[in-house]
Amino acid sequence: MSGASWLQAALAIPYLGALLIIAVLSRHPNLRESASLLTSGALFASVLMVLLAFLRGEPIEARLIELFPGLSIAFHTEPLSILFALLASGLWIVTSVYSIGYMRGLNEKHQTRFYVCFAISLGAAMGIAFAANLLTLFIFYEVLTLATYPLVAHKENEEARMGARVYLMILITTSFVFLLPAIVWTYALAGTLDFRLGGILPRDLDPLITVLLLALFVLGAAKAAVMPVHRWLPAAMVAPTPVSALLHAVAVVKAGVFAIVKVVLYVFGTEMLGQVPAERMLVYLAGFTIVAASLVALRQSNIKRMLAYSTVGQLSYVVLATLVLTSFSEIGAALHIIAHAFGKITLFFTAGAIYVASKKTELSQLRGIGRRMPITMTAFAIGALSMIGVPPTAGFVSKWYIIAGAFQLDDYFVLTVLALSTGLNAAYFLPVIFRAFFREEDQPPAKPHGEAPWPMVAALSTTALLTLLFFFYNGPVVELESGLVGKSR
Amino acid sequence: MNLLGHYNYIVVVVLMMLGFYTVIARDNLVKKLIGLGIFQVSVFMLYISIGYVSGGSVPILTEGVTLYSNPLPHVLILTAIVVGVATLALGLALVVRIREAFGTVEEDEIRLKEDAEG
Amino acid sequence: MIAHNLVALPVVLPLLAAAVAVLLPPGRKPWLLATGIAWLVFAASLALALRALGGEVLSYPMGGWEPPWGIEYRLDAANALLMVLIGAVAAAVFPFAGPSVKRELGEEKSPLFYAALLLFLAGQLGIAVTGDAFNVFVFLEISSLASYTLVASGKDRKALTAAFSYLIIGTVGATFYLIGIGLLYALTGTLNMADLAARIPEVAETRAAHTAFAFIVVGLCMKIALFPLHLWLPNAYTYAPSAVTALLAASSTKVAVYLLIRFVYGIFGADFSYREMPLAWLLIPLAVVGLLSTSLVAIGQNKVKRMLAYSSVAQIGYMVLGIGMASSLGLAAALLHVFNHALMKGALFMALGALVYRVGTSRLHQWRGIGRRMPWTMAAFVAAGLSLIGVPLTVGFVSKWYLVLAAIELGFWPIVAVIVIGSLLAVIYIGRVIEVAWFEKGESDERCEAPLSLLIPTWVLVIANFWFGIDTRLTVGLAELAAQSLGGTP
Repeated sequence: MSGASWLQAALAIPYLGALLIIAVLSRHPNLRESASLLTSGALFASVLMVLLAFLRGEPIEARLIELFPGLSIAFHTEPLSILFALLASGLWIVTSVYSIGYMRGLNEKHQTRFYVCFAISLGAAMGIAFAANLLTLFIFYEVLTLATYPLVAHKENEEARMGARVYLMILITTSFVFLLPAIVWTYALAGTLDFRLGGILPRDLDPLITVLLLALFVLGAAKAAVMPVHRWLPAAMVAPTPVSALLHAVAVVKAGVFAIVKVVLYVFGTEMLGQVPAERMLVYLAGFTIVAASLVALRQSNIKRMLAYSTVGQLSYVVLATLVLTSFSEIGAALHIIAHAFGKITLFFTAGAIYVASKKTELSQLRGIGRRMPITMTAFAIGALSMIGVPPTAGFVSKWYIIAGAFQLDDYFVLTVLALSTGLNAAYFLPVIFRAFFREEDQPPAKPHGEAPWPMVAALSTTALLTLLFFFYNGPVVELESGLVGKSR
Repeated sequence: MNLLGHYNYIVVVVLMMLGFYTVIARDNLVKKLIGLGIFQVSVFMLYISIGYVSGGSVPILTEGVTLYSNPLPHVLILTAIVVGVATLALGLALVVRIREAFGTVEEDEIRLKEDAEG
Repeated sequence: MIAHNLVALPVVLPLLAAAVAVLLPPGRKPWLLATGIAWLVFAASLALALRALGGEVLSYPMGGWEPPWGIEYRLDAANALLMVLIGAVAAAVFPFAGPSVKRELGEEKSPLFYAALLLFLAGQLGIAVTGDAFNVFVFLEISSLASYTLVASGKDRKALTAAFSYLIIGTVGATFYLIGIGLLYALTGTLNMADLAARIPEVAETRAAHTAFAFIVVGLCMKIALFPLHLWLPNAYTYAPSAVTALLAASSTKVAVYLLIRFVYGIFGADFSYREMPLAWLLIPLAVVGLLSTSLVAIGQNKVKRMLAYSSVAQIGYMVLGIGMASSLGLAAALLHVFNHALMKGALFMALGALVYRVGTSRLHQWRGIGRRMPWTMAAFVAAGLSLIGVPLTVGFVSKWYLVLAAIELGFWPIVAVIVIGSLLAVIYIGRVIEVAWFEKGESDERCEAPLSLLIPTWVLVIANFWFGIDTRLTVGLAELAAQSLGGTP
């Protein structure tokens, strides 16, 4: 099979999986879960084949239909899209294993709906990853929002409904109010929406319009959770943990930052934005988000909410790095998408494991839990170190590139923000680790417990290992992503 | 402008306003329909006035007559009268049904009863 | 012979069938007849549209009297689009009407009911196809009288008062239109639309022409239910039988919008409407205020049917916005939305009818957990709702895309904002229903899906929502062709 057919396979497999789960197997839990696993495996395999074809230098394109005259739903591959697709599909396998443990451990209801929506969300993520133009990206961006809504409202109590309402309203509002006009405007200005390295907008565009348009894109891609449109992310934490882990740490939020990176590189072009001084305003916004989110995270008492605010901050690293507009910082942005994904999914997995094993959700309850759940808490520590950016974890690698990028311009604002944020991250993660391992439990739990069910432990160990591994073995990824900045290494 | 020469148009406007006002201002549904009827009739008169050609004869082909009134508006209005009759009939039928259902044909009383139902 | 008379066929068939329907015995037969006729009409209108898509303008002298003296039936891209729309909606709603009306009203009066339905159809198609301004009035009244009757047939007694106020406003609107036509006739001596269009420029600066224009626009706006002339609509839609509401919502106001477009662009010409007369200053503010205020009112409703009725008024705001922009892109967007909105509202009201068939009411608090009891019916509602919101890959997105593009092209930024805010309000009111139906617990979990005879027509329209949202060649093609032929820019 050629690269293009693998690409089509990758786009279709999640939906086929969803159909499989609905049609044949909704009454058989075992088969349903195997179908879910099978789908994720097949998806990962086909994305890998796309990667191989891409490395061979094959042009990989797919065109579905012409939606409007001159505007098609079309797909292509470039370094960033393969990275995002590999990341999402690879972690889906791990999450599927994890979900089986989680959903069974808690006897959740409506599991079919859960797995189906999950598969559709992944399908949407693939569509976003491989989108060849802004229209396609927008379409799948909306599909992702809608497909994740039932997952957030999954528990069907008032809290879940409320959270889902906030989630949907913010994401839909921003995408309709900012993103859609931005896209139509781009179309009116450029006459096309295709992604082209170096940008499609006319070179002589008024700087004011350029900045306005960029601001519309940054706010419109609210999945990237740049303040002030970040509120959906904490609200989404009412979802079951596997959802928070994969979607809200990987697929959904990464779709947001991915869209921003893509727009900066392929719609505006770094060269063009570099000539617009007001672009700094958005750098400041991202910088503010990083620091403010860390401060808010510091004051959280709920594990998942703290992780959510940490995500808000970490996402803005990517946005910030993208907007610094140097070659190293663009690579750093791409690397941070991976590094944060590995670290954050580990952290969410551990939060879920703690909940399933002990029903604990608050940070204050974690005293001494490291002795009951050593593997889980070790994984938590690795994830946390990666968030802070300490070697030997993935977070260090990406931060290294971002700092290098900032030094290319002697950008002291960015350097200060990074330093401050590192300190703040340490301030809210280290006490948790300390408490878990070196403090006594307040009182023994009513029912003594050990680790969570094995599928969960297996999943979180895997991602923790990946976090470590990425520190030692990141060469190929850096090699691949150099393509984003025209092999300037 | 010769106002008296256009007296038919003045009558049209007066009737139109009378009818329209009745439709808006009266609460009694039958009176509303009467107003509607007057309103429509005024428009019929407008059309018929348009068809008048000064010095023109009845539009029937006759020896020695060259100037006829325009017959087309009359034909149009025949159609419109039929439509008007149908509307009026349907309106009155509705009023009968409303009276059966609500026991009154006064709009304010009906509204009170409707609001009570919620 | 059929090919030659094809233009007149969609009007004549239902007109004759209406008379036949009255003579049939009560029961299923009138329904079967009406359904068959609706399908024939749909087939004929498709055949006509394909010819119009090739750029052909079909002209048919009624009774052999040549225009401009006789009545001309004239079919170009704009009416072809409208005819396909009416035909398609009728072809989907008529089959649906059978079981739905039987459940809601019983079958004793079915001959009269279906006769009225067929008359309504004939009137709508007549307006679409005729090229004579007075003939429009006649067909307008035929379809309006039929729809007053249909609304009054609802079983709630409020249906009677709803029908009555609909009758009063509808008749006043039609009479306004008649006054305008009369003045135009006095000025130009013709009633043929093409002839009128040719002669109006000579008299454009007279006060009588201005008055005629004002009467026609206001009269049509009453039929369109443009804010603030919309007050008849919510009650009429709420208390009419479900199938009737679906039909009215999908075609009745759309036909009036088409007429407005025809008069503003085709007959008076954009130059007259927007340079000589300040039409944009009338339409755009009313559309904006109407769109936002009625969307807000829709959010506050606790009957879903009423909520959708208000949403219809809001959606009319989009079409009028497109008309008011006075550009050919805006006009194309308006025409597209006429078509697309008919598809989504038709589907929504039919899904609602199917839900009411089982639940017996459209009160929201009695719909708790209905998503689990009637998953396929509710799924149709959700899918059509997404289209109303304007989610990509649905027809709603297509119209929104063109509307926003048209507004940006003209630099009307506040209108862009209004369009997107309107969508957001739609998210809220549709979202409320979805939340109650899927994410709240009902009393029972027992499956009670609506019968297939209701589900199939509903899903046909739902699928059309996605089909024309993905394959836009027919709709966009016709709309752009129509916008060109009507001449969008002043």
